Amino acid sequence: MDGNISGSSNGGDTMIDESNKVTFKKVTYGLIPLILLGVVIYVLFREGPLAIFQKDLPPVEELHVMRHSLAEDVIYLDIVNSGPDPCTLAQVMVRGAFWQHGVSPSRTLKPLEKARITIPFPWNIGEPIEINLLSSTGLSFVYEIEVASTSPVPTVKAFGRFALLGIYVGVIPVALGIAWFPFLRLLGRNTLGFLLYFTVGLLVFLAIDAVEEGLEVAEVLPSVYHGKALLILGIAGAYLFLLGLSTRRVNNKGNADSTRVVAWLIALGIGLHNMGEGLAIGSAYVLGEFTLGALLVVGFTIHNATEGIAIVSSILKEKVNLLFLVGLGALAGVPTILGCWIGAFTYSPLWAIFFLGIGAGAIIQVIEAIVGPRSRIENLAPLNLLGLLVGFLVMYGTGLLVGAA
Amino acid sequence: MKPWRNYIFITLGSLILLGTVYITHSFSSLENESRDISLGLDGLNLEPFRNGTVGDVTSKALDLDRYIDNYMEGTVSILPDGRTLRSFNIHAVNKEIEIAPGIFFPAWTYNGHVPGPTLRATEGERIKITFKNLGDRPHSMHFHGFHKAEMDGAMLKQMVPEGSTFIYEFDADPVGVHLYHCHATPLTQHIHNGLYGFWIIDPKEGRTPARELYMMMNGFDPNYDEENEIYGVNTIAFHYERYPIEVKQNELIRIYLGNILEFDMINSFHIHATFFDYYPTGTQEKPRDYTDTVILGQGERGIVEVKFPHPGDFMFHAHKTEFAERGWMGIFRVLPMEETQ
Repeated sequence: MDGNISGSSNGGDTMIDESNKVTFKKVTYGLIPLILLGVVIYVLFREGPLAIFQKDLPPVEELHVMRHSLAEDVIYLDIVNSGPDPCTLAQVMVRGAFWQHGVSPSRTLKPLEKARITIPFPWNIGEPIEINLLSSTGLSFVYEIEVASTSPVPTVKAFGRFALLGIYVGVIPVALGIAWFPFLRLLGRNTLGFLLYFTVGLLVFLAIDAVEEGLEVAEVLPSVYHGKALLILGIAGAYLFLLGLSTRRVNNKGNADSTRVVAWLIALGIGLHNMGEGLAIGSAYVLGEFTLGALLVVGFTIHNATEGIAIVSSILKEKVNLLFLVGLGALAGVPTILGCWIGAFTYSPLWAIFFLGIGAGAIIQVIEAIVGPRSRIENLAPLNLLGLLVGFLVMYGTGLLVGAA
Repeated sequence: MKPWRNYIFITLGSLILLGTVYITHSFSSLENESRDISLGLDGLNLEPFRNGTVGDVTSKALDLDRYIDNYMEGTVSILPDGRTLRSFNIHAVNKEIEIAPGIFFPAWTYNGHVPGPTLRATEGERIKITFKNLGDRPHSMHFHGFHKAEMDGAMLKQMVPEGSTFIYEFDADPVGVHLYHCHATPLTQHIHNGLYGFWIIDPKEGRTPARELYMMMNGFDPNYDEENEIYGVNTIAFHYERYPIEVKQNELIRIYLGNILEFDMINSFHIHATFFDYYPTGTQEKPRDYTDTVILGQGERGIVEVKFPHPGDFMFHAHKTEFAERGWMGIFRVLPMEETQ
């Protein structure tokens, strides 16, 4: 193909330059299409053949509430213009009544421009509040605060409280799971295969869970942000990155390291998953949709303890020190705290989707590392397949306990 | 260092970097959090907890200060038989109006206003209305009152095509406060979009001298969900709350009241700190009610006669409070006797 291009234009005079030298010719040839593209865009917008299509159509208005927060007697709404045309916010109705409010920095928003609405409203705790944003053409955009409650302000105390929440649902359970390490080492070879497949069962469940959660968040995001594409980008990006990483390492080095790497990767994937879990818990807690009851703590403990088993099951044959295990546990558990903080104090669905995608991609790569073509386990042994099933069912069962998150 | 370690560090490093960007990005939004609610962030002064719209209308399309007591009396001539002929010129035209501060609505209007001009005649006069349709679809004028079938402006064949003119002729009868409106279909939209007005017939002997106002209770559904978002009298939400109507203590005030509201079953009218005589449709000499609240269905109208015994600011509004909080709210500013003398 290269030959065709150069041959037809310059009679075989120019060959594709194999060197990496920057030449005038290269730069010029690279820039010409770009310059032409610029000219085309300029002509389209300036000289207006596009006007044929725009004519007679009213502007498309779309305001989207990204997030709300409540302080005593005030409602804050962070909005974005998610439509293709500028949109002016004219008035605000709270529970069907026009209400005084301020908008910063501007009432007229260009596409993707953001603003904050401040509404002094004597809201009551526990009640739902429906808010109607009216544009200058009278179109209304409805937003519902499902349960009104004071939004946490990022004070040291609140950080501490949400850190504790993260420790309860993420760090402690994972650590408990890892504490099984000495016991698991005592088990025989068959049991190891069972355990690894058990882990795969857990991971499959977590991957499905992360994708589902990501799709759910993508659903509420305005279409202009392409939430689903972002999720896929996260999944594919993480998967390919980790795949490249592990294959290159295998090419370079022996086996002792490879299992350790798998353990790190499992911990990483689970850590990202737990961060997503923390995000969900933190924001649900703030939105008043979730309180951490005793049943939930137990549910999370069992659910996440299995994640600890998953992490260490790949290194049962290795000599490891305590520090290594602590490191794995921290990588898998601590992100829960981060997730709780972010979910509670500031929540951006855009980033949440991306992280959920990365988590899912990492988990899928780990599954591939355990049972993929380079695996050293007898793949179709009945006991192993049983392990897969049990792993999935355990996650499913404990997942029932934490249905809310 | 073993080569694979480099990759672990790259992975962790890039994740930490991403995470840092995410967290700083997320928390940076918290910095603008203003807890000071007394300041309108766009320069307006916020009164905490105050129901109502923000700002004021900027469009000059509607003039509500004039359109509460400005009557169109037409041109008068004497017919060969000695009767008075009263002629009006009305045209239908599309016009964008501002129905609440910052909210613009593409209305269909009579003479460029919603409600249309308040036509006024005396009982027994001959009425001639030259109606020109400058709109972009067929419209009509349908008058409440006595008239011949071909003057009804309601049947499909009676619609006036765009660009055409039609002359309505009938006698001013009976005495009272009536409506006129477009009867083209879809009827709900033609009325909702603004084609309606008062049509007042005074008794020959006249009524007791009074300060006379008219109030057409109306509403708007700018997002077409068949539910009104904006209510008011004479169109603009909260207008007479922003600009109270000044009246004198103990002065007789006569309000020609009508309800043209679409989508809602009823509307109501309530005045604070006084009671009024209510004459449904204004056809009888004696009031039906002595009250402070009346309920009107669509198309109902009547005359309110009221005096304020005390000076000060008094609300008048729909006692359907949902409507009141969506714009149907006004204030009478009653000036004390000594000040007005």
